Amino acid sequence: MDTESTYSGYSYYSGRSRGSHRHGERSRDRHKTRSKDSRSEKSVTINTPPAEPLLGDSAVRGEQVQDDNWGETTTAVTGTSEHSLSQEDIVRITKDLEDSVGLDCRRYFTLTLAVILGLLVFLTPLAFLVLPHILWPERLQSCGTACEGLFISVAFKLLILLLAVWALFFRPPRAGLPRVFVFRALLAVLVLLFVVSYWLFYGVRILDSQDENYQGIVQYAVSLVDALLFIHYLAIVLLELRQLQPCFSVCVMRSTDGETRHYNLGQLSIQRAALAILEHYYCDFSVHNPALLSASKSRAAKHLAGLKVYNVDGPGNNAAAGLAHSQSRAMIAAAARRRDSSHNELYYEEAEHERRVRKRRARLVVAVEEAFTHIKRMQEEEQKKAPGDVMDPREAAQAIFPSMARALQKYLRTTKQQHCHSMESIQQHLAFCITNNMTPKAFLESYLTPGPTLQYSRDHWLARQWTLISEASVTSGLKDGTVFLLKCVDFSLVVTSKKIPYIQMSEEYIDPKSHKFVLRLQSETSV
Amino acid sequence: MAFIPGQPVTAVVQRIEIQKLRQGDNLILGFSIGGGIDQDPGQNPFSEDKTDKGIYVTRITPGGPADAAGLMMGDKIMQVNGWDMTMVTHDQARRTLTKKKEDVVRLLVTRKSLEEAVKQSMSYPRQ
Repeated sequence: MDTESTYSGYSYYSGRSRGSHRHGERSRDRHKTRSKDSRSEKSVTINTPPAEPLLGDSAVRGEQVQDDNWGETTTAVTGTSEHSLSQEDIVRITKDLEDSVGLDCRRYFTLTLAVILGLLVFLTPLAFLVLPHILWPERLQSCGTACEGLFISVAFKLLILLLAVWALFFRPPRAGLPRVFVFRALLAVLVLLFVVSYWLFYGVRILDSQDENYQGIVQYAVSLVDALLFIHYLAIVLLELRQLQPCFSVCVMRSTDGETRHYNLGQLSIQRAALAILEHYYCDFSVHNPALLSASKSRAAKHLAGLKVYNVDGPGNNAAAGLAHSQSRAMIAAAARRRDSSHNELYYEEAEHERRVRKRRARLVVAVEEAFTHIKRMQEEEQKKAPGDVMDPREAAQAIFPSMARALQKYLRTTKQQHCHSMESIQQHLAFCITNNMTPKAFLESYLTPGPTLQYSRDHWLARQWTLISEASVTSGLKDGTVFLLKCVDFSLVVTSKKIPYIQMSEEYIDPKSHKFVLRLQSETSV
Repeated sequence: MAFIPGQPVTAVVQRIEIQKLRQGDNLILGFSIGGGIDQDPGQNPFSEDKTDKGIYVTRITPGGPADAAGLMMGDKIMQVNGWDMTMVTHDQARRTLTKKKEDVVRLLVTRKSLEEAVKQSMSYPRQ
């Protein structure tokens, strides 16, 4: 096996490549490890392939030419082709597919139910008032002044009810939750039962017997509207006020990098608590950057790659569980005994990286400050300048951007943020800062530290689809010690809740005149 | 009276035995102490070495039990009933001296004049 396997970056199928450069490197790495296996006899290594997102591979795999004698002949690996997609593109396509189908029919169903219920509720008092006039007008007593006064009160109470219902219920829905909202369902059922019982009473006692006392009928309608207003009060208390008082303290931790925040929530069901937490997530947590995790993954891969495990007893001899257990214990013992100097490498690597980041940052700050000195706002007196010199903010940004572009790009590359910011967004931000008279430091602040997810462009909010994973039912309330997960494609948020303890406060009164002091000389005690 | 850290303290001491006087509910000795490891040694008017944190006698009630026993103002108390007084806090010293169960306190005190007296007697040739 003396022939070397070579790999070319491009096959004759590919023309220009549109996708990311990374694909070529990844497939080259995999091919390198395979060829190493074929050549050496001594080190039979068990390689877990480096952790790579599965979706990205499918684009490349289909184009590799797999040969039976791949170890012995030259092989060509296609790195990139015309139709390669980057990881983000694939994820975005799947997201879009999932978004368009699905929960829409459920939303429309609940919407129509709500509209029907609302119409029923509003038209009922009016029907109560109008039906006697239609059905038995000649026998009806005429309406006196008190009765007409009640008409006004019905009208205004209905108007108030209409405004209140519009304010509370007719808001654009902020999320689609997995289960039905229990309190709303209960309230809807209550209202329905209530209205139905009023109709029953009306039908039996008034319509059947054709009561002539119109004032009584009007008072009955007024009592219905009053009761509806009270039900609306109940709705406000149950839906809005009950969860305002903080009762639980939840700890939210991101699974990829451990960033943790704590929030105070009231008595909510698990799905509503999850919704509140997600709304906080988008503005508090720094944006998820997968490029920062690659270092620890490569270290983990190196640990696994160094150990060799032999199965001496042959398959099917012992119980599979016992075998695996002894194997893993052997691996752990071997790892403990091995003299590992990877901590040394980590330390020096991190120190070096820190130094490099600081150097690039210094260069960047200087470049930006210098760039900002090239522009100044035009004063009114200077309008005599030729119109060719006068620029609007976008042009001004484009004019000074090239002098800082290189330093900024190098800094973003060093801190692995280059995929979060596109040239267009940087220029837009620069124009924005110039328009609002911001200093260079203010312009740079959004690049020096990773900000919350809201700060970046919309395609970074890829995970609008979250999955709630919980052992308890998601409509049950939060309790002390509830744990649930909010999973999106790249990472998950682990949420733990603890009850805020009962605080017993007592008071102690201090007389303002009791603050007296003496100088401390050598103290003397008489014995 | 200065001491070298790490070396044992040597001093010429005088044994003084004071009988406590009962006054109502208390047993009093008739003098005042100052100093201690938790106090500021620079303010001690009686110590030679201003870093000395020992317990010193600052006042003697005339006619009291301490006066009768021969305690003098400015004495440094080294031991009380066998308990060391060179490395104690002010409050510990007070408590050791005012134990209710003891009627008598036996002090070991040192003063400059004692050392000088010994030096003088040693410099006289033996006859």
